[in-house]
Amino acid sequence: MAKTLEEKQYLVRFNCDTKSHLEVKDHDVCATKCPDKDCTIFCPADVYKWEGDRMFVGYEGCHECGSCRIGCPFDNIKWEYPKGGHGIVFRLA
Amino acid sequence: MSEKFDVIVVGAGPAGTSCAYTAAKNGLKVLLIERGEFPGAKNVMGGILYRKQMEEIIPEFWKEAPLERPVVEQRFWFMDKESMVTTSYKGLEWAQEPYNNFTVLRAKFDKWFADKAVEQGALLINETVVTECIVEDEKVVGVRTDRPDGEIYADVVVLADGVNSLLAKKLGFHKEWKPEEVALTVMEVMKMPKGSINERFNVEDNQGVSVEIFGESTKGALGTAFLYTNKDSINIGVGTTLSGMIKKKMKPHQLLEELKSHPMIKPYLEGAETLEYLAHLIPEGGYNSIPKLVGDGVMVIGDAAQLVNAIHREGSNMAMASGKMAAETILKAKELGEFTERNLDSYRTDLYDSFIGKDLKKYKDAAHTFEEHPVYFEQYVPLMNRAMSTMFTVDGTAKWDKQKKIMNSFTAGRGKLGVAKDLYRAWRVVK
Repeated sequence: MAKTLEEKQYLVRFNCDTKSHLEVKDHDVCATKCPDKDCTIFCPADVYKWEGDRMFVGYEGCHECGSCRIGCPFDNIKWEYPKGGHGIVFRLA
Repeated sequence: MSEKFDVIVVGAGPAGTSCAYTAAKNGLKVLLIERGEFPGAKNVMGGILYRKQMEEIIPEFWKEAPLERPVVEQRFWFMDKESMVTTSYKGLEWAQEPYNNFTVLRAKFDKWFADKAVEQGALLINETVVTECIVEDEKVVGVRTDRPDGEIYADVVVLADGVNSLLAKKLGFHKEWKPEEVALTVMEVMKMPKGSINERFNVEDNQGVSVEIFGESTKGALGTAFLYTNKDSINIGVGTTLSGMIKKKMKPHQLLEELKSHPMIKPYLEGAETLEYLAHLIPEGGYNSIPKLVGDGVMVIGDAAQLVNAIHREGSNMAMASGKMAAETILKAKELGEFTERNLDSYRTDLYDSFIGKDLKKYKDAAHTFEEHPVYFEQYVPLMNRAMSTMFTVDGTAKWDKQKKIMNSFTAGRGKLGVAKDLYRAWRVVK
């Protein structure tokens, strides 16, 4: 039984674009205004990782759900769909 | 592409494809645009597809559609840490034509359904993102895509772009959704031999079970978990409002792992192997979150219009019905040769007069109330469990004393009046 998120993400097919479809609008906001950094908790694919001074965005594993855009308390995430045909490819459900 | 279409439908999910199918079948020139590699590649659903609304588009679809199992039993589990109270209905009338609902795997189903629309004459273009509607003189006249020279024109653009609905937002039809208006859900498809499914869920081949799980499965947050049987796999998932997830600082993937290892669930999953992990939002704002549905040359259908009845886990059926209604309105407008907001408005009135408008209205305050008063999932579910345990554990205590103890456990800290108020509040929002 797959347990870790990393193991599960390996089961998913991604056709990654070379350019990120997710962008932190102002890295200063994450560093100075947002102590909780909720996105690093609720993102179902752990796309957002706080690296001590900067938010790392691993867009390659994004499920394109939209939670970060809606859940960011500072509306600080520019969120677009990946280029046509790119991004996550669900094969089953 | 310089040619002009009668209708451009954005998004080949259940809503968009239903609209494209109906419009094409009635002779309109339809373009169906999908951003995924194929229809279904971006789409996720727990897995219940209702027969009624699908049948109204393709009669007897179950004879050829890629379905998993017809659901013959719906179970409801109210779970505590090491116990659960359950209720269910099993009926063999659901095991035969015309069936009630089916489990499906969407990547297969959506592809099949979109091909049906193509058979009716719709043109399907995959791997194409619509970046915005083209607006001229305050009227939507087409779409701009991420392809080179990707401007395409049509009399009507139908937005079936799913829960995020960036296109309707850009048109000002709704503001950004609030975390209370969407549910974040994660799920896994797990491989399990057909025989094990039949044994563990007490069904025969071609009979399925759906299980909705409340309480501990979401740590008391507003939401549910689910377990659905496919042919030789199961779908297991859990979701809560995004606001609930944030408030309780829960990691969705961990919530799912805890569910899978819960002592009430674990035996069902013995030996099952994860095939795919999926995350998606469900629009659960209900009636009060329905956006503006119609404008000059444009309509909004399905998830993009927040058409989900979370209490009855209906969504894809509303998507299909809304897509069909939109297409029928466009056909009428075509006869008049005008596609103004006024001419397209019968889609909105039809929708509000149908089961969709009525059901969403019935539960319009439910989600909000249960979110404001977490007592139901957080406290009453464990209390129910303890009450059953108290009543059925034979320990020499007289039943009257047991009943008194149970009553006291319910009224402790809130009084009889408090319980009455809680009951009344819940009844009022679902009645």
